[in-house]
Amino acid sequence: MFRWIVWRDLTLAWRKRADVLSTLFFFVMVVSLFPLGIGPEMQLLSSIAPGVVWVAALLASMLSLNRLFANDYTDGTLEQMLLTAQPLYLVVLGKILAQWLVSEVPLVLIAPLLGLQFGLEPNTLLILSVSLLIGTPVLSLLGSIGAALTLGLRGSGVLIALLILPLYVPVLIFGAGAVDASIHGMSPLPHLYLLGAISVLSLVFAPWATATALRISLE
Amino acid sequence: MLEASNLACVRGGRRLFTKVNFSLPAGTFLQLTGPNGSGKTSLLRIICGLLPPEEGEIRWDGANIHSLAEDYFTSLTYIGHRNGIKEELTSLENLRISSGVAGQEISEETARTALEKMGLKGREDLPARFLSEGQRRRSALARLLTSDTRLWVLDEVLTSLDSVAAKLIGGLLEKHLNEGGIAIVATHQELKITAGSFQRLELA
Repeated sequence: MFRWIVWRDLTLAWRKRADVLSTLFFFVMVVSLFPLGIGPEMQLLSSIAPGVVWVAALLASMLSLNRLFANDYTDGTLEQMLLTAQPLYLVVLGKILAQWLVSEVPLVLIAPLLGLQFGLEPNTLLILSVSLLIGTPVLSLLGSIGAALTLGLRGSGVLIALLILPLYVPVLIFGAGAVDASIHGMSPLPHLYLLGAISVLSLVFAPWATATALRISLE
Repeated sequence: MLEASNLACVRGGRRLFTKVNFSLPAGTFLQLTGPNGSGKTSLLRIICGLLPPEEGEIRWDGANIHSLAEDYFTSLTYIGHRNGIKEELTSLENLRISSGVAGQEISEETARTALEKMGLKGREDLPARFLSEGQRRRSALARLLTSDTRLWVLDEVLTSLDSVAAKLIGGLLEKHLNEGGIAIVATHQELKITAGSFQRLELA
């Protein structure tokens, strides 16, 4: 059942590649605007780089979260998913995994390339990607709660942002903190450990909260 | 055996129905009728456990469906008035995926046979957005051919179906009832079902 959900969402994403690419391009554009706007002051650029990349990743994930349940809700397939013979937790986890693979992993992969524009060292670029790799699952997991709560509401896009962005703050602090530590020659590990802890914690609780929110939204 | 006792439903502050009772032993067909807005879809959603009733409870083989949760869903096939098929996927993918998600995996061969029986031969590999409304409905109803669940809950099952497809669905329902299944169908049109025992519930 789980693999059917994942396979289904990956197939759908492939059929609607434009949606996926728009998220990626949004991320690339937002990050690239900063060096263009600020000019070639490498000192300044490298000190703002962690924050800029991370904030752009948060905003980009907002774009894709709108679609996590909305389309399935409209055509009635979400209703069918609520009637599966397995816990709804697994259905939700499958959808989140697919969303992460499609919308977040490309950001992790392209981030080092964007980091070059900010004059980051190779070592720091690696930490940037690692921090995104550990942190982005949290974005998908927590974001799914917002997507489920705002299902079927008008202006749900803005509402998701208002609900979820405050919850992203710890991820932003430790994610950007890890990269910042690496720039200043300190160990990024404490930040990464904390990020990993948040990731595991939301893996346990977020799908459960999302499942409950879905049941309420579909009443 | 599906039993409902004292069901009441409130939607948007309005009381749709109260004191709905029925008891459906194996092989029973329940036809749900009533004017638009009388709560047919809400009742079906309550029966599926998608909507908690305001009062009363539904029991499946004697146990409340909310305590059974996933165990109840293994016996249930629900096809709502929204077809529950994805526009971007082909009929074949839609059928295999909706079966797989429901926990009843089927092979490609089984899926092709089912779609052929539903009169969609040659359209199996066409994305659903190219199908007509009636063909989409047929594609959704193909689930009935491949599922072996005991309880079927169908909302407005004949909408946008032609007479050939309607007769086909009638035949499927009779086969289901003969095998000891239970079917609950909301419909405005008359379905001629000769098998099993027949019950009618009119919502005012």
